[in-house]
Amino acid sequence: MNYLQHVAVRSLSNKHTIIMMFQLLNLVIKEFRLEWRQRSVVTGILIYVVSTVFICFLTFHQVIDIPTWNALFWIIMVFAAVNAVARSFMQESRGVQLYYYTLLNPGAVIISKIIYNTFLLMAVAIVNFVFYSLFLGNQVSDMGMFLLGLLLGSAGLASTLTLVSAVASRANGSPSLMAILSFPILIPLLMTIMRFSKNAIDGIGWAINGNYALSLVALFGMVVTLSYLLFPYLWRD
Amino acid sequence: MEKHWWKILSAILLFYTVIAGFLGDVPTMAILNESIRNLYFHVTMWFAMMILMIVSLVYSIKYLGSFELKSDVIAEESARVAMLFGVLGLLTGMVWAKYTWGAWWVNDVQLNGAAGTMLVYTAYFLLRNSMDDEQKKARISAVYSIFAFAMMIVFIIILPRMTDSLHPGKGGNPGFSSYDLDHRLRLVFYPAVIGWTLLGVWIMSLRIRLRNIHKNIESN
Repeated sequence: MNYLQHVAVRSLSNKHTIIMMFQLLNLVIKEFRLEWRQRSVVTGILIYVVSTVFICFLTFHQVIDIPTWNALFWIIMVFAAVNAVARSFMQESRGVQLYYYTLLNPGAVIISKIIYNTFLLMAVAIVNFVFYSLFLGNQVSDMGMFLLGLLLGSAGLASTLTLVSAVASRANGSPSLMAILSFPILIPLLMTIMRFSKNAIDGIGWAINGNYALSLVALFGMVVTLSYLLFPYLWRD
Repeated sequence: MEKHWWKILSAILLFYTVIAGFLGDVPTMAILNESIRNLYFHVTMWFAMMILMIVSLVYSIKYLGSFELKSDVIAEESARVAMLFGVLGLLTGMVWAKYTWGAWWVNDVQLNGAAGTMLVYTAYFLLRNSMDDEQKKARISAVYSIFAFAMMIVFIIILPRMTDSLHPGKGGNPGFSSYDLDHRLRLVFYPAVIGWTLLGVWIMSLRIRLRNIHKNIESN
C-alpha cells in the first residue's frame, strides 16, 4: 500500500513536471512569436541604445580610459535593460492575466519571461557593444571572456529585473517605481559584472576572473530560484 | 511589572555599555588607539540592525504562509527600526573613519554595501506607500523584502570577502576577534548587542501599539 502510494505520488509529480515543461516551452514560443509580430519592443530598445551611444560619442568623442569605457558601457546597458524588461508584465491586460491564472503553472510563467528577457537583453548587449566599439573605440583584449561577460550580465539583469517588474506592475504599474525598486537591488550584480568585464578588457586570466564568473552564475541561480518560489504570491490579484 | 523586565534590562545594559565603554580598559593598538571603543557602538548597532532585519524577513515569510496582517505589521516596523540603527551605525562609522582613515567616506565594498542596504529599505518603504489595499500591500512588499534581503546578503557578506577592503575583519585586516585576547572587549560587546536589540524591540512595540490606536480611532 505504502509502495503504491509512493509510486502514485512519483508518477503524479513526474506528470506535473512534464506539464510544466510543456507550458514553459509554449510560453517561450509565444513570447518570441508576439515579439516577431509586433517588433515594437525590440526596435524601440535598439533605437534607445544606439541613440544613447551616439550621444555619448558626441559628448566624449573617444573614451581611452578603460574603467570609464567599462562603466559607461554598463550604465547604458542597465538603463536599456530596465526599459526593456519593465514592459514584460505591463503590456498584458488584466484579462490575459486572468486567463493565465486559470490555465498555467506560475513557475512556467515567470521562467518563460526570464528566458525571453535573457535573449532580449543579449541582443541588446550585442548591438550596444557593436555600436559602442564603433563610435567610442574598442580596447577589449580577451574578446571571448568579454562576450561571456555580456552573456552572464544579460542573464543576471534579465532575471533580477523580471521579478522586480512583476512587483512593480502589481503595485501600480508606473515605470518610475520600477527604476526605484530595481537600482538598489542591481548594485551587487553590477559591481561583480563590471569587475569581471574590466578584467576581460585588461586581459586578466581565468585564474583570477573565474571566481567572478562563478559568483555571477551562482547569483543567477539564486535569483531564478527565488523568482520561482515567490512569483505564485504575486500573480493573483 | 513581570512583563516589563526586558525593558529594564535593556536600559541597564545600555547604561553599562556607555559607562564601561567609555571608562573601561581597552587594548592599546597602533592607529586605532582609543577609537577602538567605537566597537561598542558602531559594530553593536549593526548587529542589532542585522537581527531586526532577520526578524523582518522571518515575518515577511510568515505573512506569505498565513496571510495574517499582524505578521506584516511586525515585518514593516522591524524594518523601520533596523533602518534607524542602520543610519546610526553609518554615522558612528563615518566619525570613526574620519579619525582613522582620514575621510568621512572612502570607496570601499563594506561601506558601499551599507549604503546599498539603506537604499533597498528606502525603496521598500516607498513600495509600501504606493499601495492602499492592506492585503495587497502586505503581499507584494513581503515578496520584495524577501528578494531584496537575499540580494543584500550577497552584497554585505559575500562580495566584501572577494575583494580587498580597508574595513577591520575584511581583506586581510584584523577583525575584532584578534584584538580581544583577554576578553575585555567581549565583556562590553555582547551586552551592548543585546541592549540595542531590546531597545529596538521596545521602540517597535510602541509603534505597533500606536498603529493599533490609530486604527481603532479610524474604525470607530
